[in-house]
Amino acid sequence: MTDTPLNMVEADRTLVMRLRAWWSGETATPAKRVQFDRPLTPWLFLLPQLAVVVIFFYWPSVQAVTSSFYLEDPFGFGATFVGMENYTDALNSSEYLGTAAFTAFFCVVVTALALGIGLLLAVKADKVIRGAESYKTLLISVYAIAPPVAGLIGMMFFDMHMGPLKDLAAWFGYDLKVGINYWDTATALIVIAVWKQIPYNFIFFLSGLQSVPVSVREAALIDARSGWRRFWDITLPLLAPTAFFLLVINITYTMFDTFPIIDVIVKDKPANNPMTLVYKVYLDGFKGNDIGGSSAQSVILMGVVALLTVLQFRFLERRVHYG
Amino acid sequence: MAELTLKSVGKTYAGGVDAVTDVTIDIKDGEFIVLVGPSGCGKSTLLRMVAGLETVTRGDVQIGGRRVNDLDPAERDIAMVFQNYALYPHMSVRDNMAYGLKNRGESKAVIEERVAEAARMLELGQYLDRKPRALSGGQRQRVAMGRAIVRQPAAFLFDEPLSNLDAKLRVSMRMEIRKLQQRLGTTSLYVTHDQLEAMTLADRLVVLNGGRIEQIGAPLEVYRKPASTFVASFIGAPAMSLLDAHIEGGQLLLEGHALARLGNAAGPVTLGLRAEDLRIVDTGLPMRVDYIEELGAQRIIHGMVGDQALAVTDTHDTPLGPEVRVALDPARLHLFDAQTGRRMDKRVEQVSVPA
Repeated sequence: MTDTPLNMVEADRTLVMRLRAWWSGETATPAKRVQFDRPLTPWLFLLPQLAVVVIFFYWPSVQAVTSSFYLEDPFGFGATFVGMENYTDALNSSEYLGTAAFTAFFCVVVTALALGIGLLLAVKADKVIRGAESYKTLLISVYAIAPPVAGLIGMMFFDMHMGPLKDLAAWFGYDLKVGINYWDTATALIVIAVWKQIPYNFIFFLSGLQSVPVSVREAALIDARSGWRRFWDITLPLLAPTAFFLLVINITYTMFDTFPIIDVIVKDKPANNPMTLVYKVYLDGFKGNDIGGSSAQSVILMGVVALLTVLQFRFLERRVHYG
Repeated sequence: MAELTLKSVGKTYAGGVDAVTDVTIDIKDGEFIVLVGPSGCGKSTLLRMVAGLETVTRGDVQIGGRRVNDLDPAERDIAMVFQNYALYPHMSVRDNMAYGLKNRGESKAVIEERVAEAARMLELGQYLDRKPRALSGGQRQRVAMGRAIVRQPAAFLFDEPLSNLDAKLRVSMRMEIRKLQQRLGTTSLYVTHDQLEAMTLADRLVVLNGGRIEQIGAPLEVYRKPASTFVASFIGAPAMSLLDAHIEGGQLLLEGHALARLGNAAGPVTLGLRAEDLRIVDTGLPMRVDYIEELGAQRIIHGMVGDQALAVTDTHDTPLGPEVRVALDPARLHLFDAQTGRRMDKRVEQVSVPA
């Protein structure tokens, strides 16, 4: 970093800083720099945060990477160095590849639906004049439900014996078998995951919409007759920073935070149900006691997520406008 | 280009608040009309009703003889310049100007030509590919005007376009807007709370108060013959001094001093005196000096006659004592009804010299 924070070039800004800036809605100019008298003082302030990062992130990561090269005894009596074998095993396993494919599919579908529906609801809620507050509260309230509870509620809806959605499907002559039929389970997972994430996207899109200046909307009203055109040309580009932020968050959500939902739906069900890579890591490691293989999988996952994030920032962010 | 007509236009908000009441204005083709009044007088609401950004509760809005009450803003053939510019932040200056034309299906050649023409007029040529955030306030307002110009609309609507600029820029932009409007000859409706802006820009002024028209007229006419005490105190700087006086036995009496012989009926009146119509003299109405505003070319002496405030313009710079004598030209004094505040005709008969 150079003398003044203003001289920071785009490239110098780390990923974390950018995400932070987003989160707090900061502009490109960072806050005023504080000078400390003693060189150790800032480190003292940083210590709690660093401790958290090291203990809960770096240490387990290093552990995972190390154990991914070993074949570990299920009862913890010893470990044999096997080199890349865990990785090649995973990547050559059709089961692993199938799960990876489903994860990708799940990720794309859930993200697209959650973002799309969230945006649609936000655009519509933004236009509501009467009873807007209660309408918004109702939409947002789902966000307060913990993921396992959401999974449980979803499970009840989709239940093979008493679920109303099963009856609904039966009306159309379809026999919905969540937990047995692969794609029926997948549908249930997607519906619940999307449902859980919509309020989050809704809140952000709504606040994004409300931060579009009224006069800009009015200028657009004079410039373009079609509401769809105005949305496409003016509103959407101004929402792009919000949308990009949500895209990153949603992909992370589908890959990791859907774990409890999957757990509730898939647990105790006959085999060959769809699951994401994270759930498979858990299953192989803790149910199958294959610590080495599971570690290798989690390292691969880490790599994929890192790659995805870099790609998003490098290619997508450039097309995003920051007012 | 078109005439713009408001016929008994009224606006009542959902809560039952009357923002605009019975406003009728006939605006001729090419005329520059300024709506002026204090904040909350309904001037912006009126403009926004013409633009189509507010619904019209009562009456008719006509642009070029066509009733537009129920048309979308985009269909009204108007262009609006907003106070905070309202540029599209993600579009270049060129795209900002072209956007409305694109949506109306103009050909590329036409759009390019009009944008180039507007950019030349507003000296924006070198900024066409910049984003609004890379421009200064004055430049942004020019872009906003460019966006209005390229549409070649029936009418320009200006909603306090200079309020966000600093004082110096405001004066130069004011001149520019006036010149531009004269060159293009486009009917314009301009909203401001700044009476000086209103005076310098308008062909005709519309002074609004509490959602009603107080007076319509050319700037000088409004200045010289304010229709009410409200207009009198709003138009002109320093504000016209308004004093309680009364007429008794054909004499206009202020704090016991006879000022002029008038043929008006006896009773209380409000006397209006413009600072520049008064002179400091050796014998005349006595005034205690409160403070002196030095403006360079002249000074404004604020003082009290009895317990009523009075301002006098003086072009001398001789030191003044605690009390001065003021003379007035009876032809230039204004009389208003003490109750209603409406202007009264005065019948001057003879000047009396107050002792």
